[in-house]
Amino acid sequence: MSGPKLTNPVVRWIDHRLPVFTFLHHEMHEYPTPKNLNYWWNFGSLAGITLVIMIVTGIILSMHYTAHVDHAFQSVERIMRDVNYGWLIRYIHANGASFFFIVVYIHIFRGLYYGSYKAPRELLWMLGVVILLLMMATAFMGYVLPWGQMSFWGATVITNLFSAIPLVGESIVTLLWGGFSVDNPTLNRFFSLHYLLPFVIVGVVVLHIIALHRFGSNNPLGIDVRGDQDTISFHPYYTVKDMFGLSVFLTIMAAVVFFLPNSMGHPDNYIPANPMVTPAHIVPEWYFLPFYAILRAVPDKLLGVLAMFAAIAVLFVLPWLDRSPVRSASFRPIYKIMFWVFLLDCVALTYLGAMPAEGIYVVLSRLCTVYYFFHFIVLLPALSIFETPRSLPRSIGKPVLGGGNGIPAPAPAAAREKP
Amino acid sequence: MMGCLQKLILFLLTFLVTVPVATTARSAESIPFPSQEWSFNGPFGTFNRGELQRGFQVYKEVCATCHSLNFISFRNLTDLGFNENEIKAIAAEFQVEDGPNNEGEMFERAAIPSDMWPAPYPNDNAARASNNGALPPDLSLMVDARAGGADYLYALLSGYHEIPQGKEVGEGMYYNAYYPGNQIAMPSPLVDDGVEYVDGTRATLVQQARDVTAFLAWATEPNMEQRKRMGVMVIIFLLVMTVLFYYSKKKIWSDVH
Repeated sequence: MSGPKLTNPVVRWIDHRLPVFTFLHHEMHEYPTPKNLNYWWNFGSLAGITLVIMIVTGIILSMHYTAHVDHAFQSVERIMRDVNYGWLIRYIHANGASFFFIVVYIHIFRGLYYGSYKAPRELLWMLGVVILLLMMATAFMGYVLPWGQMSFWGATVITNLFSAIPLVGESIVTLLWGGFSVDNPTLNRFFSLHYLLPFVIVGVVVLHIIALHRFGSNNPLGIDVRGDQDTISFHPYYTVKDMFGLSVFLTIMAAVVFFLPNSMGHPDNYIPANPMVTPAHIVPEWYFLPFYAILRAVPDKLLGVLAMFAAIAVLFVLPWLDRSPVRSASFRPIYKIMFWVFLLDCVALTYLGAMPAEGIYVVLSRLCTVYYFFHFIVLLPALSIFETPRSLPRSIGKPVLGGGNGIPAPAPAAAREKP
Repeated sequence: MMGCLQKLILFLLTFLVTVPVATTARSAESIPFPSQEWSFNGPFGTFNRGELQRGFQVYKEVCATCHSLNFISFRNLTDLGFNENEIKAIAAEFQVEDGPNNEGEMFERAAIPSDMWPAPYPNDNAARASNNGALPPDLSLMVDARAGGADYLYALLSGYHEIPQGKEVGEGMYYNAYYPGNQIAMPSPLVDDGVEYVDGTRATLVQQARDVTAFLAWATEPNMEQRKRMGVMVIIFLLVMTVLFYYSKKKIWSDVH
């Protein structure tokens, strides 16, 4: 844990007074990281980079965008047609939102599989859930800004959900709208918040990283790091691995941005907003579909809204629902199966959210919704009692070495854990 | 390690394949229509200038009577292969309102290349009043604004068939095989030899439908060719970058056991 060797006198002068170079060296260079992380651990840094891409493209878009009901749609088309490379910036931003959610959802499911939410990383996990909530709010308001038909009607449907809250519901909706219907004040405040929230996300991301660096990354074995033989420095090992992952990610994203830029959008959003004409089906963006399916599965409006929010709220208490001391699903034979069933359930909810709420789709939505909560509230606590985990390897070094004869027997996990 | 990487790529590819499927499934009530070969399909697709110019002629002589093209200005027509003088001549056929002048009066003048394509009606109410209560939509974004895009537009324009037995069509409505609900307020806009093509192509109904659809695809996204050209370069760049980082990673990690 030595400081960096600073040779440049100016750098040394600055670092002595403001130790940014020492800090960066400590947190991004020598930062000891488990050496067995697989490619699923790339998605954290990918999410961070996607956030930066979104903020940069967003700032440029806002220079050309007009937040007014009479000009918003037109200004977006101006960006597409007359602003130099405006089409590129907007397609990156619009598809970037989808890719942000793809990356973050994979990041979350990686955490679920390898038990990254367990002690001592509960707060790290909860901060992540806060980021997810902020992302959803930001994405929702961003989708309203082009002021197309889906923008307008999506905003109308989602803001109306709050009217289900007893007593204060109607007042909250009026406050969200800035009036008595979705109109110009709504668009203005959504633009303002859409610009603000990404910087709040940056703040929470910083906290997320501080919490991460307290104990370091979890790893595919889910066991604690025993010492230097289990870790490697972040740079160059994980910087180069992340750069390779980033290149793959950017290639896929570029393929969509340049060749299928509207594949994840809805055609109706190329029709200007019209309060007098309701689209045949009001469908949210794909990343909201599982929650939309849960909302519609419950026959009562208030209970549906509560179920939808509970679907995310349950993630906050996940570290206390899953009491199993073993983190990684690799050593939890039953949980491993349950994880894949749960993933399938989420995929099914996504599909059902896109289907009309009628016939068999309603029945399936209800079954999947019940299973979603059953997984968290019944299965996970029960598993922690009934499941017999497989025996854990003694250290990260051992399985990687394939032998481990020379490695001293480690102390029990509990004794090693820092308070 | 490649095992994990392959899984990752497989996962993302699966996603990319399923998303368009889910999007198509959303427009459940639309009637299936055949897909067409378009010169602008695919990653290397470009517009056919002859097709665009014919399509523009169909728009100008037929569609423009009722449909606006609000996001296209005369200068954009350079994309179609017209030169500056041709565009000035096309613009000069139209009178637009300008002003106020120094006396405070609005005045009419001949359009110039920087003017937007003039709309046929002063406002939506005027458009409805002239069209039996129906509003002819603006055509600038038609291909992106309809599920199925160009294929759907072509099917619609060439889909005015005889009313099948047992189908009822309301007052002032027309039967169309592909319009959702089969009843459309627009009468068949195209007829065989409805226009006389400047380039001598025989103006059958399907030829006109094809040409004007291609023109609308251009109007929807005039930058499409630039986008695809740049996309090919960017993908090549990123693939090279991916390979370089793959081998860098392999080399740097070679001492980790």
